[in-house]
Amino acid sequence: MEISNNQLLRFTTAGSVDDGKSTLIGRLLYDSKSIFEDQLESVTATSSKKGHEGVDLALFTDGLKDEREQGITIDVAYRYFTTPKRKFIIADTPGHIQYTRNMVTGASTANAAVILIDARNGVIEQTKRHSFIASLLNIPHLVVCVNKMDLVDYSEEVFNKITSQFEEFSSKLLMKDVRFIPISALEGDNVVNKSENMSWYAGGTLLNVLETLHISSDINKIDARFPVQTVLRPQSEEFRDYRGYAGRIASGIYRKGDEVAVLPSGFTSKIKSINTGEIEVEEAFAPMSVALTLEDDIDISRGDMIVKKNNQPEPSQEFDVMLCWLNNDAAKPRAKYVIQHTSNEERAMIKSVVYKVDINSYEREEGDDSLKMNDIARVKIRTTRRLMIDSYRDNRNTGSIILIDEGTNETVAAGMIV
Amino acid sequence: MKKYYLNYLDELESEAIYVLREVWAQFENPVILFSGGKDSILVTHLAKKAFYPSKIPFSLLHVDTGHNFPETIAFRDDLVEKLGVKLLVGSVQESIDEGRVQEEKGKNATRNALQITTLLDAIEDNKIDCAIGGGRRDEEKARAKERFFSHRDDFGQWDPKNQRPELWNLLNGKYFEGEHFRAFPISNWTEMDVWNYIKRENIQIPSLYFAHQREVVWRNNSWIPVSDFLKLEENEEVFSKKIRFRTLGDITITGGIESDADTLEKIAEEVSTMRKTERGDRSDDKRSETAMEDRKKQGYF
Repeated sequence: MEISNNQLLRFTTAGSVDDGKSTLIGRLLYDSKSIFEDQLESVTATSSKKGHEGVDLALFTDGLKDEREQGITIDVAYRYFTTPKRKFIIADTPGHIQYTRNMVTGASTANAAVILIDARNGVIEQTKRHSFIASLLNIPHLVVCVNKMDLVDYSEEVFNKITSQFEEFSSKLLMKDVRFIPISALEGDNVVNKSENMSWYAGGTLLNVLETLHISSDINKIDARFPVQTVLRPQSEEFRDYRGYAGRIASGIYRKGDEVAVLPSGFTSKIKSINTGEIEVEEAFAPMSVALTLEDDIDISRGDMIVKKNNQPEPSQEFDVMLCWLNNDAAKPRAKYVIQHTSNEERAMIKSVVYKVDINSYEREEGDDSLKMNDIARVKIRTTRRLMIDSYRDNRNTGSIILIDEGTNETVAAGMIV
Repeated sequence: MKKYYLNYLDELESEAIYVLREVWAQFENPVILFSGGKDSILVTHLAKKAFYPSKIPFSLLHVDTGHNFPETIAFRDDLVEKLGVKLLVGSVQESIDEGRVQEEKGKNATRNALQITTLLDAIEDNKIDCAIGGGRRDEEKARAKERFFSHRDDFGQWDPKNQRPELWNLLNGKYFEGEHFRAFPISNWTEMDVWNYIKRENIQIPSLYFAHQREVVWRNNSWIPVSDFLKLEENEEVFSKKIRFRTLGDITITGGIESDADTLEKIAEEVSTMRKTERGDRSDDKRSETAMEDRKKQGYF
């Protein structure tokens, strides 16, 4: 068998138990034959113990003890399945408690978000919240599933009404690629198999859409950014003078001979070699993990960034960030936090809150400086030293930061550089 | 035109190498938890790639239950010598002899849970601040909740409901004195991915994974190998079967499956048609619905 060229697609699912999210994931896994016999046996047994008829698909996504007892998802759980076309990673996030924190986490690495709408209820507040977060996190593709079509007689009219409702409110958001699919997760319509009940729908099934989304362009291949994770110095006979800079290319393409600048020092040199493991390659691109060597001896350490001479990020000490607060302890005014940005770490202070966003109405609220769990706000941040930043819209890897509370070591906030 | 995207195996490899390098950069004294099974062998292989041309900068830590397949130990020693890395061994037998833990009694007694104490002692004694494991999220429902960087308190415990959120590729490995981390670079790999990668890279694995003739008994719905540690029940019959193992744990609890797959190609082919999860043959996970969750909270791998 040849090594396949199949790609990996990461998607996040948003919705609560009532939307049929767990049932949808169970259906995807079940119909794509990703469920093993012993899992099926255990779920069948639990289903009948609970008095359900047949197999309760939602049970496939059950996790920890508390979650099973309470029938909820506590935080992000990851599921995996593979089809002949792609490998998929689902970040399954709960729709209710701490929804913002968890959905932001699940969305941060996703290529696509699957948003569920109950056909009987249409667009509700939760739909708006989820769509806002998908847009804020700049998820490249959005797939809106209008679920429970079986309960509205598979009506085209209902489906059309909901899609126009969605388009109306989402015009305020930045979305590149939005698809709508009428489904019934419970009955299996348009999830993996094409529905026979909705001949009026000409588009693909959910799986079909996920298998064919164009994701090769999701990573920025224009602006070359290489944050140095660590320096390799073998100290062996054979590699006496070797100094390799190890890291994962955040964006762009690097070739042997490229003229590069090392930031923040600004020294310039040329790329001498690029290695992936033992193999030397002519060029490498995001998101490859490589080791670079340069023609000149320059002092480079973790946290530095190697970029192309003619395309550099902006070194900044003060910048605006869309911040999502993730911790039970509210932000302390003018307190200092550790800021992590690529492989770099400095200290930072939240100078001021510009405005907070009501994620249900998308309204901006000024004059409220508090930052509590699940709040989203535009803030001004000042760091002890300059960071090599890009805007998050241009570059998810060099435009994102986290804040860590030095008193607890917890990750308290996630930020997207404006 | 050349294409500028990775296939899924290359992307998983790149992600794992990134995590391993973060471990090295963020911690003082990290080790690889090495069981001799395919997942820890894979992690070791990835570490070799991550730091080439330097040597792997981590020691290997083996928590030795004493109930090993002899093949595993031979494989371990051979690999350690080839890589030129240091081997640390935490011995469950010593923990028993010192009275730190009590041997389980009865027919299904294992040393599986006893490993927790030995592991945590080894972490403390060697001042290890990060133990890199080959755990994968597809293995088990408690493992599906794991982070790449997973915090353990000063009792070595995991609090799954209170984990640090992990966003983008930004990993927070900060800890206070006495606490430590577990790191899981192959979190996003499935069993199939592991086999496809082992096949692609032609990674050496213990002979136990390949089909071979062995004396076994039928217990807990799988073929348990006959060994010095196995107490035969009166009604149990010993068969000679051609089997192989999908996972390697203690010889007393690791069930084999009947198979003719004696090459990596055949194994990958067989795994792709498997209808049971790999841990379905591990009696340590069969004890209860939450067996893994309970052990993990206490400090298990």
